[in-house]
Amino acid sequence: MAVKRITTPLTSDIIRSLMAGDQVSISGRIVTARDQVHKHLASGGGSPVDLTGLVIYHCGPVVKRQDDTWQVTAAGPTTSMREEPYQADIIRNFHPGAIMGKGGMGEKTQEAMRSQGCVYLHLVGGAAQFYAQRIVKVEAVHMLEFGQPEAMWVIKVEDLPALVTMDCHGRSLHRQIEDNSFARLQRLLNE
Amino acid sequence: MDKSLLCNSMYELIKKTSTELPDDILGALIQAGLAEKKSSTAHDILTTICESVALSKNRALPVCQDSGSVFAVIRARSTEIFLEVEEAIKRAIVDLTEQGILRQNCVDTLTETNTGNNIGRHVPQIHFHPAEGPTHISLMLKGGGSENVSTQYSLPHEGLKAGRDFDGVQRCILDAVFKAQGKGCAPGILGVCIGGDRGSGYMIAKEQLFRKLHDRNDDEVIAQLEDRMLEMANELDIGPMGLGGRTTALGIKIGTAGRHPACYFVTVSYSCWATRRYCIELDDSGAICTWL
Repeated sequence: MAVKRITTPLTSDIIRSLMAGDQVSISGRIVTARDQVHKHLASGGGSPVDLTGLVIYHCGPVVKRQDDTWQVTAAGPTTSMREEPYQADIIRNFHPGAIMGKGGMGEKTQEAMRSQGCVYLHLVGGAAQFYAQRIVKVEAVHMLEFGQPEAMWVIKVEDLPALVTMDCHGRSLHRQIEDNSFARLQRLLNE
Repeated sequence: MDKSLLCNSMYELIKKTSTELPDDILGALIQAGLAEKKSSTAHDILTTICESVALSKNRALPVCQDSGSVFAVIRARSTEIFLEVEEAIKRAIVDLTEQGILRQNCVDTLTETNTGNNIGRHVPQIHFHPAEGPTHISLMLKGGGSENVSTQYSLPHEGLKAGRDFDGVQRCILDAVFKAQGKGCAPGILGVCIGGDRGSGYMIAKEQLFRKLHDRNDDEVIAQLEDRMLEMANELDIGPMGLGGRTTALGIKIGTAGRHPACYFVTVSYSCWATRRYCIELDDSGAICTWL
């Protein structure tokens, strides 16, 4: 299958053209956000960066300070499901183009993606060096008081490969796999 | 022991654990890749994993950005040795955190602030087993995502129709694999404890993860249960990262413990594909003499 090259900020036409199962390659600005930033944004806090059309990346990178610059030494995805209580509100209030992480998200997020136009991009958990190589620049860091992994890192990536696993048309590969494995589990238990 | 030699040894042990996936696990991931259809999602994921693991080794950088929580078990003949090793481990952790080999992974639960150096109340977690013979240290860096999907069952369990027997145990293990889906970074390794109490169950389950994947259980009954469970887990089609495929688990390692007559616990310590653990033997000077 051909890889779709996309650049942030994502337009609504691009977002709507992405289907679960599509492979994409992302370039441009993305921001990291984990539990603390999600809690902050979902409880009325402002974002120091305009998130419209950007990719929110569920990631707590390892960063090293070198003189006046930051160097990301590892940057794979973290489990997205932890942000399920906050994600739908954030999608409604800040209009990101995509949420990126691992493991997929739940019904509440899926519904917000459908109504607002947003997709979920899946990365390979643990492949921290593979993804760190695609980061070309750390542009800024905000909310560092939450701690290094929990801060909002504004980074620029080039050709970062991802798989669309939840689209804005209501399709989720995660739900398919879960349903399929549930049926298999029942068969195994009843044998 | 020589203090500076010992510090170097602990530094080397933790750095290697963070940056080099053990051979047995990498080998299993490569095998898993060969078993998947080319250009399938599962194959792509396993290829990315193997590429990333090679990069981390070559660049001496963390395998995963979640460099985990330090879990160490020290077997030594005296408290004095234990205390020396404990101090050296803490020093190495502080240095490696500063150098970006370990992420700042300790949050003070009361103040909600990151301690910044991976040291905190009961952190790192270091256990001491008094034992004759040379000093052995088993060290693991366990990620938070896989820790979150670890779980414990009290049998009988009505929902799972799990009674207090091996059939019940199997149901619990399969339920844990199913519930984890890709969230613990499948294909994972399961450490399991049958019996014990709520505390020892988790400890013994986690210690099973130190066993190499090809290690065969001394108890033939449990060895067969391990094989059977691995086969069944891989029939669920959850696959690498929970996106479908033949390999859902790389290994299932089971330990047992005596139990109170009223209790029957099955505890599952789930570990991601990036299970980072090494065991070493120290000589009397504090230098590493063998990687076990």
